[in-house]
Amino acid sequence: MKTFSKLGALATVATIALTGWANAENIKIGVSYPTPTHAWAAGMNWHAEKAEERLEALYPDVDLILVNSPDPSAQASALEDLVSVHQIDALVVLPFESEPLTDPVLNVKKSGALITVVDRGLSQPGIEDIYVAGNNPELGRVSAQYMKGRLKEGDNIVILRGIPTLIDNERFDAFMAEIEGSGINVLDHKHANWNRDDGFEVMQDFLSRFPDIDAVWAQDDDIAIGVVAALKQAGRDGNGMFVVGGAGMKETIKGIMDGNELVPVDVLYPPAMIATAMDVTVAAFKSNGPVAGRYILGATLITPENAASFYFPDSPF
Amino acid sequence: MTETAMTTAKSSKLNGFDLKTAGPAIALLILCVIGFLLNPAFLSEGNITNLLTRSAFIGIIAVGATFVITAGGIDLSVGSMAAVIAGVMIIVMNGAVDTFGTGLTTVLIGCGCSIILGLGAGLVNGLLTTKGKIEAFIVTLGTMGIYRSLVTYFADGGTLSLNYDIRGVYRPVYYESFLGLPIPVWVFIIVSIAGWFLMNRTAFGRYCTAIGSNESVAKYSAIKVDRVKTLTYVIQGLCVSLATIIYVPRLGSASSSTGVLWELEAIAAVIIGGTVLKGGYGRIGGTILGALILTTIGNILNFTDMISNYLNGTMQGLIIIIAVWLQRGDWGRKTSAD
Repeated sequence: MKTFSKLGALATVATIALTGWANAENIKIGVSYPTPTHAWAAGMNWHAEKAEERLEALYPDVDLILVNSPDPSAQASALEDLVSVHQIDALVVLPFESEPLTDPVLNVKKSGALITVVDRGLSQPGIEDIYVAGNNPELGRVSAQYMKGRLKEGDNIVILRGIPTLIDNERFDAFMAEIEGSGINVLDHKHANWNRDDGFEVMQDFLSRFPDIDAVWAQDDDIAIGVVAALKQAGRDGNGMFVVGGAGMKETIKGIMDGNELVPVDVLYPPAMIATAMDVTVAAFKSNGPVAGRYILGATLITPENAASFYFPDSPF
Repeated sequence: MTETAMTTAKSSKLNGFDLKTAGPAIALLILCVIGFLLNPAFLSEGNITNLLTRSAFIGIIAVGATFVITAGGIDLSVGSMAAVIAGVMIIVMNGAVDTFGTGLTTVLIGCGCSIILGLGAGLVNGLLTTKGKIEAFIVTLGTMGIYRSLVTYFADGGTLSLNYDIRGVYRPVYYESFLGLPIPVWVFIIVSIAGWFLMNRTAFGRYCTAIGSNESVAKYSAIKVDRVKTLTYVIQGLCVSLATIIYVPRLGSASSSTGVLWELEAIAAVIIGGTVLKGGYGRIGGTILGALILTTIGNILNFTDMISNYLNGTMQGLIIIIAVWLQRGDWGRKTSAD
């Protein structure tokens, strides 16, 4: 009996201490995203951690809780924990997959939290208060515009696509719509799966197959690295040949700053969008302006002039 | 009556046997004809060189896999193993730059490190299977996951890149030629000859076959089953490390997407080549043809836009099944059924 009351007292003290501690941090924001298993996601993880440091230093009463999960069901559990354990006031979430995470996010919303969804939309409209995403069709369109500016009628290009997905289709369709009518011939397009090795092999085969290629749309910086290696191997990296990638890998951006002629530009699809989402979410509590709404980031063309502002040498991507 | 039946059976068996050995070669020949008809550039010197060089990775790994499978085992970890070895090689070489400079020494340290890691990783798989008495499928499924996540961890989720100055020294290992053939192709040839000799001309090769056919009988025949089986995994590890040594100079990087599904490609190459998946019969020559067939399929699909990109996997699957059916199917023995 005595032990029990002692334990009870201890528990009460602990609860008071915990609540006291929790009260010191008024605004709790959970940030949930997939465990980084590839370079782009690793970059996102890095930017999320940077944003956490920066925002918590700026607002001592804001507590950002970063959680990454290896699969959709783990992410659903993580969301439940954020509500029950941390009692978050807002959630920033990059869903692993739209379908399985729609209900878990809806449950978080029912707890009264503000919802910010990043990059991948949920399968039901109207759940999120704030939506932050890159612009896939714009990435294709901006790439095609650059091609049109550099090439003339009758020039030939080849396209290396990503993994067959909606994202890849959006980029590709917008590129083709923009290039149509320009007189530039698209010789063929093959999937290189956003992968350096596949980029290398597909480009080798394109080079054997087509004797006259003037430019390459690689859509992605990893594919572009493979493409460049294949071009150099075949000795076809001169004569004004150029490759347009996408995403904003730090090595690629460094190359642009150094005036690389083979990869002269890049089109932004930034992993740093998670930081934008965190900023906007904090602003929902701190700013006097309204913030709810949809934020579609531009697919900025990165050139030697503006490259420096997209260069993060410490990021893994 | 009986006599004629017997002769028919005999001759058809002979035909069937011939077809079985020639199956992979015929399949490859048909593929090459299709490739040439689609686009004459398929047989250009540049494309053939690309094809052979590309086959070297899977081919070298598949030679090792032939031993493992012949002895009744399986190794699912080779793709992840290649990725983690490539990653560690890059880290070690980048680290050695400060002490040993950007010369040949650093590259040799990297290669040595690769071989030690390959042998070690193979030994771990082998010992866990034999001494640990865990099924090879489970052991290598486990190590597959471990190696894959290790490379992700080493790369901090991103990509490990080789120091640019070392790349200049190391690059020729992939891109240079010797007597008209790229160096990776030479490595492939040497590994193939060594593998063929080991499989067909040594006691070790016969032991592998015996163990794969019937492990208990092999044990009672005084074959050191555990030792031979462990050695097959060590050979597999060595093959993976050799493949990695010629892979790293190609793009000078390793990430979690390096070597994805190589294990299945290697196993497919072995089976297309005529080795039996449940063990007991292995053909190194067939394995080499199998690796060439797999690379050729991918190459041909890149040479045509007649087939939707989304159906690439379907074409690969069909050709793998047909190539194996050519050797296994009963169609060769139709006459004996009459």
